[in-house]
Order: sequence, then structure tokens, then C-alpha cells
Amino acid sequence: MKKTLSVFCVLIVALATFGCAKKAEPVAAPVAVEPYKVAFIYIGVPGDLGWTHEHDVGRLQIEAAFGDKVKTAYMENVPEGPDATRVIRQYAQDGYDMIIATSFGYMDPMVEVAAEFPKVKFIHCSGYKTSDNMSTYFGRIYQARYLAGIVAGKMTKTNIIGYPGAFPIPEVVRGINAFTLGARSVNPKVQVRVVWTNTWYDPVKEREAAVALLDAGADIITQHQDTVEPQKAAQERGMLSIGYDSDMRKFVGDTVLTSPVWNWGPYYVDTVRKGMDGTWKSEQYWEGLSADVVRLADFSPLVPQDVRDQVSVVKQKIVGGTWDVFTGPIKDNTGKLRVNEGAKMSDGELLSLDWLVEGVVGKVQ
Amino acid sequence: MGLITSLIAITLRAGTSLVYATIGETYAERAGILNLGLEGIMLMGAVSSFATAYYTGSLGLAIVVALGVGGLMALIHAFLSITMKANQVVSGLSITLFGTGFASFLGQRLGPESNGRYLIGLTGPRFAPIDVGALGKVPILGAILGQDLFTYGIYLLIPLAWFYLYRTKNGLWLRAIGENPRTADAMGVAVDRAKYGYTVFGGMLTALGGAHLALAYTPGWSENITGGRGWIVIALVIFSMWNPGRAITGALIFGGINAVQFRLQASGTNVPAAFLNMLPYLATIVVLVAITWWEALSKRVGSPASLGQPYVREDK
Repeated sequence: MKKTLSVFCVLIVALATFGCAKKAEPVAAPVAVEPYKVAFIYIGVPGDLGWTHEHDVGRLQIEAAFGDKVKTAYMENVPEGPDATRVIRQYAQDGYDMIIATSFGYMDPMVEVAAEFPKVKFIHCSGYKTSDNMSTYFGRIYQARYLAGIVAGKMTKTNIIGYPGAFPIPEVVRGINAFTLGARSVNPKVQVRVVWTNTWYDPVKEREAAVALLDAGADIITQHQDTVEPQKAAQERGMLSIGYDSDMRKFVGDTVLTSPVWNWGPYYVDTVRKGMDGTWKSEQYWEGLSADVVRLADFSPLVPQDVRDQVSVVKQKIVGGTWDVFTGPIKDNTGKLRVNEGAKMSDGELLSLDWLVEGVVGKVQ
Repeated sequence: MGLITSLIAITLRAGTSLVYATIGETYAERAGILNLGLEGIMLMGAVSSFATAYYTGSLGLAIVVALGVGGLMALIHAFLSITMKANQVVSGLSITLFGTGFASFLGQRLGPESNGRYLIGLTGPRFAPIDVGALGKVPILGAILGQDLFTYGIYLLIPLAWFYLYRTKNGLWLRAIGENPRTADAMGVAVDRAKYGYTVFGGMLTALGGAHLALAYTPGWSENITGGRGWIVIALVIFSMWNPGRAITGALIFGGINAVQFRLQASGTNVPAAFLNMLPYLATIVVLVAITWWEALSKRVGSPASLGQPYVREDK
């Protein structure tokens, strides 16, 4: 039994070394002033081509903006839960000035550690809890989803659009609704069919869900998950798609018409600058197209000019603040009027959205 | 394509990787070795075969590398559990932990400089479904024939694996080792050597299951591409009651359940997805209970009696 244990220990140590190797950036040449140290906690890897990739692009923009004055580090594949608490606490103990955690499930671990280190600034993505030294931030990606919906509504021939979604939670439901409203604003015959995969990340399941939707007659596939498999599956069938998170056209090809994408760089650079000059204050940041924190990626050459023009007109209305996506009248997919004509849904309502708009085939279970 | 035909097509495709790993694990368990390292071995098979195919352009070489890597990882397990007589559960779990971590590591280091050393997101050569022309339009038959070479592989593997186990002398010995290694030893079978052989063979097939994902089903490497399929296989071996012939049924049910429930959702039918996902595991529990309680059945189709126990020759 002793032998077994020792072998097991050796393997665990080996695993820990390989699996969780901390990848700090090489330390810059000694400078007179200690650099401002910023750490990122990632749920996946920068190479996921989606969610984490975009946060890492933001991190690199911090480095580009401040050079030697800032040192960044990141830890990838950090599971939500006790491991996250440990990793965040370690960075705080190592003298990092700002810690940015980029997944919903890091919220409570961060609240816990933030209370222990009042001088360190904690920044959490997509949650709702804040404290004196902990901010929350997110982007109104639904605005870009609405624009992408216009593109899909104009370009579908079968009037069926497939939408594999991860979980029936408000964040995903908001995206589906915005996309559907966009598509039906230009083509009232459009049906958006939703398939729940119950996973954020499973290449095989994501592909199977997309294939099922293609078999059901969808000729455009979009998604709310973390891999490019649905887009690839559509391409293999000779069908079109719309990406998410990052500009997926770069990884899949021109059949990806466009993608609602994140642009964290400006927010990160601004936040770090405030941290450095002492003007940082805890806040709840939830901005959209007008702050450039979310964007619609460049169009594929397959998107005709009149569609681009139409998107551009609506985009101006949203950016100018004269109109927003969730403005009534909006019916749900059982036919009930949910938002009265001219009324606008509040942020509170949007953050707890649990019904699907007219035109969505699916159910929030 | 009709609905049934398209369901058969997707189910076969989804079940292929499961069949390889299930038959591999069945052989190892028949030799008395429980290998819980399947998830890790599948991932290593996937990452190594994709990297090979990407750099050499040779799918054949990719298969050879997957077989080698899978065999090697199973060899570690064999060494620990046969020679060192270690606890097989602990050793197998270590293989999974190690394989999962190491495959991720390789996926971030083996890629080309231009992609930041990542293998993720690259496109390499793949096994495409075979174009069978007019035959592809025939209902059901078209679904069976319009598959990639991996799936053709299971059409051969399943009957061969069954035949070897139940109709050859070596197969009889293999079953004897699993039931009662001492008797097998007395019959003149080199028990340890056979255990090594079947464990390594099992690892090779398991890695092939992983390679199917990276080279044919979802071409490319992404982290945790298996998404827990290695664990499903552990249940599948029980579900098929250690019979390679039955592996196909289980693999198709487990593999096809997602395909079916996604289709039901896509067509607007309201089915509780979680319930359908639970069904195969429920079936596994039923099988377990049945073979535990019903002695007559357990004698015929139960688990190999020496499963998980190290064989020590000198034992009195």
C-alpha cells in the first residue's frame, strides 16, 4: 500500500507541475520603479479562440499601453470554486496590485479574498457582487447580437436559424432574444430554433447540436458556447454561420458572416490606468456598442452591401442612445405581450430574463 | 435522407469512438485488469494523433502514433497493477489525471510558432465520410456505408473481438485468466504476460477511440475533446456485460442519445434533456443490480471474478 501511495504522490506532483504550471511573464529588466502588477484568472486557455482568447488580447493591450510600467501574469484553466480562491489569494499575497477574474463562478471566491486584502483591487467579470475594493464589469453583447440577427434574417433562405445554447440562464436567453428580435425586424418569417447542450465547453456535443439543427432545416447557425465546432459543422454542410466571442471568420473562413465580439482592451487599459494613478473606484460597469466594449466583427465578403447598410443604420441608433434592443412591443413565444409599446426593459429585468421572444422555437427549462 | 436513416448515420458516427474504447476495456477487464485511465488515454491518443497528422500529413502515421501512445500509457498501468501489484483504481485514476493534464500541456506546446505554439484551432488532414455514390441514397444502408474508415473499422472489430473471445483457444484462456488466474496458470497459461498483453491492447484501442474524435468526428484538437467519454466507457463495459458483441448496442445508445435529444429539441418537441441524458446510466445501474442479485445470470454474464485483484502466484 505504501508503494501505491508513493507512486500516486509522484504522479500527482508530476500532474501539478504540468497541468497547473503558472505562466508568469518573464520579469523585465530591473527598473527604478516597481511595476504595477496585474494578474488575470482564466477559466480556459488563451488558445480557445473564444472567451478566454479575447480576455488575453485585452491583457496584451495593457502591456502594449504601459510597457515596463506594468507587469501582467495569468493563470489558465482555473476551476471555479475552492481552487479559484487559492489562486486569487496567492496572487494577492505575491504583491499583485490588481486581480482580474474572468468567469462568473469566480465571484464568491473573489469576494472572500477581497475582504482579506483591502489594498488590492479586485475586478470580476459578469457577476453582480461588489465591495469597496471589488468591481464588476460586463458588456451588452446583446446589442451586437441584435445586429448579427439582422444579417442572419436577411440572408437565410429557409427562414430557420439554428442556435445551440449552453444553459437556459439570463445571459444566454438575452442573447437569443436580441438575436431573434434583430432577425425578425427584417424578416418576420424567421424561426430561431434553440437546442440546449447543457455545457459551456464540449466540442463533440456542440457539433452534434449544430448538426441536429442543420438536419432540421437551418441554413444559418449561430451559438452561445465556447468552441468553433458549430461554425465548422455548418461550413462542412455548405451552410452559413455567425460566430461569437471572437472573430471566428479568422478561424473558420468566410462562411462565418460576422461575429458579435468582445473588445476588453480599452476597458482594461482604462481600469489599470485608474489603478496606477489612484483614481480607481469600485463600480458596476455594463456598457455596450457605444463604449466599444462589444463590437460586431468585420463582415465576410458574402454579406451584400444593402445588408451592411441596414446594420449600420440600426447601429447608429443604438450607439446614439436613441433606441435600444429591448424596446416594446415585445411578445413572448407563447403569444403573451411582455413589454408594452414604447416601454423599455430595465437592466434589472434584463439581468433576470427567463422567457423567450416570439419566433424562438424552444423553451427555458 | 429520411429521419431514421439520418439518426442511424449520426448514431453510428457518435458511437464509433465509444466502441473502440469499450472493446479495449472489455479485453483488459477480461484479463482481470480494471483500467480507469481511459479518459486520459483517449485524450493522449487524440492530441498525439492530431499533432502527427498536422505535421506529417499522414493519417496512417497518426494512427500508428495513437496506437503507440495508448499502448505506452496502458503499459504504465500494467506495470503498476501487474508487476507492482498496486491498487488498480488508484493507478488508473492517476493515468487519467496525468493524461488529461499532459494532453492539455502538449496541446499548448506542440503547435507551430505562428499559432502561439497552440494546436488548438488548427486544421489538419481528416478521415472524411466515404462517398459511396448511389448506395448512399439507399435508406439505412446509405447510413451504414456513408461513414469514415474508423466506423468501417468497428464493423470488422466487433465480430472479430467477439469471435476471438468466444471461439478461439486464446479467447478461452483470456476468459479463464479473468475468472480464475490460478487455474489458468495451472493450465499452462503465462498469466502475467497475457495480462500485460491485453491491457496494452486495450490501451491501444482506447487511444484509437480518442484519435477518431480528433481525426474524423470533430477534426482538430480542442482541450478535453473527449468531454468525459472515457468515463462513459467504464459504464458501457458493464452495460454490455463484458461481451464485445453487445458493445455495439451500448455504444449506440450512449452515443446516440445526444443526437436524438438534440434532434427532438431542434424539431421543437419539448423533451427534458437531462432526463434523456440520465437514461443510459440508469440502464447501467439496472444491469449492475441484475447481475449482482440474480446468481444464475451473474454466472453466465457477470464481471470477471478476479477483476481488480492482483494475481500473486505464491499465494497459498
